[in-house]
Amino acid sequence: MSNVPSSSAVVAAHAPEASSASRTVALVGPPNSGKSTLFNRLTGLRQKVANYPGVTVEKRLGRTSLQGQDVLLVDLPGVYSLEPRTEDEQVTHDLLRGRMDDVPKPDAVVLIVDVTNLGRQLTLAGPILSLGLPTLVVLNMADDLKRRGGTVDVDALAEQVGTPVALVSARTGEGLSAVGEFLQGALGVPRPVELPIISNVPSCRQWSAELGKRARYRAPLPSNWTRRLDGVFLHPVAGPLIFVMVVLAVFQTIFQAAVPLMDGVETMIAVSGGWLQSALPESWFRSLLIEGIWGGVGSVVVFLPQILLLFIFIGVLEDSGYMARAALIADRTMAKVGLEGKSFIPLISAYACAIPAILSTRTIANQRDRMATILIAPFMTCSARLPVYTLVIAAFIPEEPVYARTATMIGLYLLGFVAAVLTAAVLKSSVLKSARTPFLLEMPSYRMPTLRSIGLRLLDRAKIFLRRAGTVIMATTIVLWFLASVPLQNGEPPEIAESVAGAIGRTMEPIIEPLGFNWRIGIGIITSLAAREVIVGTLGTIYGMEADEGSLELQSALQSDLTLPGAIALLIYFAFAMQCMSTVAVVRRETGGWKWAIIQFVYMTALGYVCAFAAYRILS
Amino acid sequence: MTSNSPATLAELREGEEACLDRIDLPEPEARRLMELGFLPGTRIAAARSSPFGDPRVFRVDGSEVALRRETAARLMVRESADIRGG
Repeated sequence: MSNVPSSSAVVAAHAPEASSASRTVALVGPPNSGKSTLFNRLTGLRQKVANYPGVTVEKRLGRTSLQGQDVLLVDLPGVYSLEPRTEDEQVTHDLLRGRMDDVPKPDAVVLIVDVTNLGRQLTLAGPILSLGLPTLVVLNMADDLKRRGGTVDVDALAEQVGTPVALVSARTGEGLSAVGEFLQGALGVPRPVELPIISNVPSCRQWSAELGKRARYRAPLPSNWTRRLDGVFLHPVAGPLIFVMVVLAVFQTIFQAAVPLMDGVETMIAVSGGWLQSALPESWFRSLLIEGIWGGVGSVVVFLPQILLLFIFIGVLEDSGYMARAALIADRTMAKVGLEGKSFIPLISAYACAIPAILSTRTIANQRDRMATILIAPFMTCSARLPVYTLVIAAFIPEEPVYARTATMIGLYLLGFVAAVLTAAVLKSSVLKSARTPFLLEMPSYRMPTLRSIGLRLLDRAKIFLRRAGTVIMATTIVLWFLASVPLQNGEPPEIAESVAGAIGRTMEPIIEPLGFNWRIGIGIITSLAAREVIVGTLGTIYGMEADEGSLELQSALQSDLTLPGAIALLIYFAFAMQCMSTVAVVRRETGGWKWAIIQFVYMTALGYVCAFAAYRILS
Repeated sequence: MTSNSPATLAELREGEEACLDRIDLPEPEARRLMELGFLPGTRIAAARSSPFGDPRVFRVDGSEVALRRETAARLMVRESADIRGG
């Protein structure tokens, strides 16, 4: 991910032998000023970008080669000052001071500010210039400035700060050549200018106001769109109503619109599997390939279109600026359970995956709030649960009435959210009790999500999904296939129930029988400890191996294994239980030890078991 | 209008603005608020609130920042000025 050499968007020329010792350049700036967008432009990498403060929470390295000058760019979390308050801000602070083991102290700094609010954003210029490093000031979002009628005299500003200034739009690529010239040029230390008292905020702000005045800065008109949209989205009646309608539309789309696409993928997999079956001679290898991999990995890959549809919505949510509004709307609920509204942003990103969500808690200043957010994030319905839910719902919940399936799905999402909130309430009123820290959230202006950025997100997401299918899911499937094929009986593979895998499943059966699950589901629960969607692949493999001729359709096979109450219990188990080892690993890392990771694993799994048991008892 | 001038930011209604006098919060929090533009002497306007009334968005120094009522109540203001039609 890091250290990937790549050509630059600015200067493509390349002369490796002339390259001197690579120089390190840090990208610094206030949150949401477009550092990562510029970083991506310069390195050709795809660091995550979105329209809310605090997207980047760790340093990212990228190389760019400029006419033989090898430059190591470091993308950093946004900061308002050089007085860190949160873990992500600490990273920026340490790097600028050369206190990182793995990255040298930067040779130069690119300070990126949002030019549509120059005065406030340049409050950071004083502290940054005081570092005495060669500095380029990048005024980003030039396109916004122009559109809304603002102006600034770049040369006059450069004169004032004693260091080069470039007016750019990282989003459109406008003006980036100046950044390239700075990166490859001789790095001059800024001409000494009179700096403010850097530890004093009013002094820094006054100084930047003076800079703006001398640079004849005319602030752009306020974004009308932002005010108009907030008038709707934050309206006491329309706001919540729109929110609910959007949620319904999302779920309906994920279910309805995804079906033909998923059918398409399924057909492709079935056809290619059939073709392989007839092209290869009968052998154990063919069985592994068709029943194991095609049956297992294939049945997970079917869900790709559905997951991509979900990510279109997440992309629009994050890129438009609505995310910050959602955090605002949710703050009252969060306050009731003792958390701050900022915790809501990691929780929303947990709808994609708990792992980035847990990383993004680094923006939370209060350590106990941060810990509570880490502990509840995996309850949010991540995209890996989607294949499990969809499969079970499609197999057991009737298509009529029209909303039955959508309602079940929404119910499961709500269930996860409620579990998260109640758990937070318990934690915050006991072990993680703390004084409340003020909730401060800067509201970004709304922006139109671009097709390019949504397209890139989908591409990246598809890659991640397929990589998982090709690694974790493929590996568990192959192991499972072998365990289900031994011990050989008279040189023939056994019935699965008699195999090693079957023995494991049947050993487990007494434990899960009270939930309405049999040994096949038991095997699935074990394999899906690796990742939740693996259970779909596992069942695909088991049914594939069991079917005498051709593979039985997964849904109908599942119907013969579970009753309706058992199916509901399975859904509830997956809503709560911590079936994801990667999350356990990340929690261990972020909380600094096994303690919380183990507590969380036991708690979630026990909750899943107890609630699934209760549901099964009540319904049958 | 003859209504009493609000004493804290929390008492501002949508559309009203006032001048920040001082921040009655411990140093680290006060500092962060200042970094976000809440500097004594700055004019601050109350904008939309969340649909449930709290938190509220304030326009300050060219940007919009959301604060909970409990925090806004610690920001002392002087001389409010109604924006007509507010």
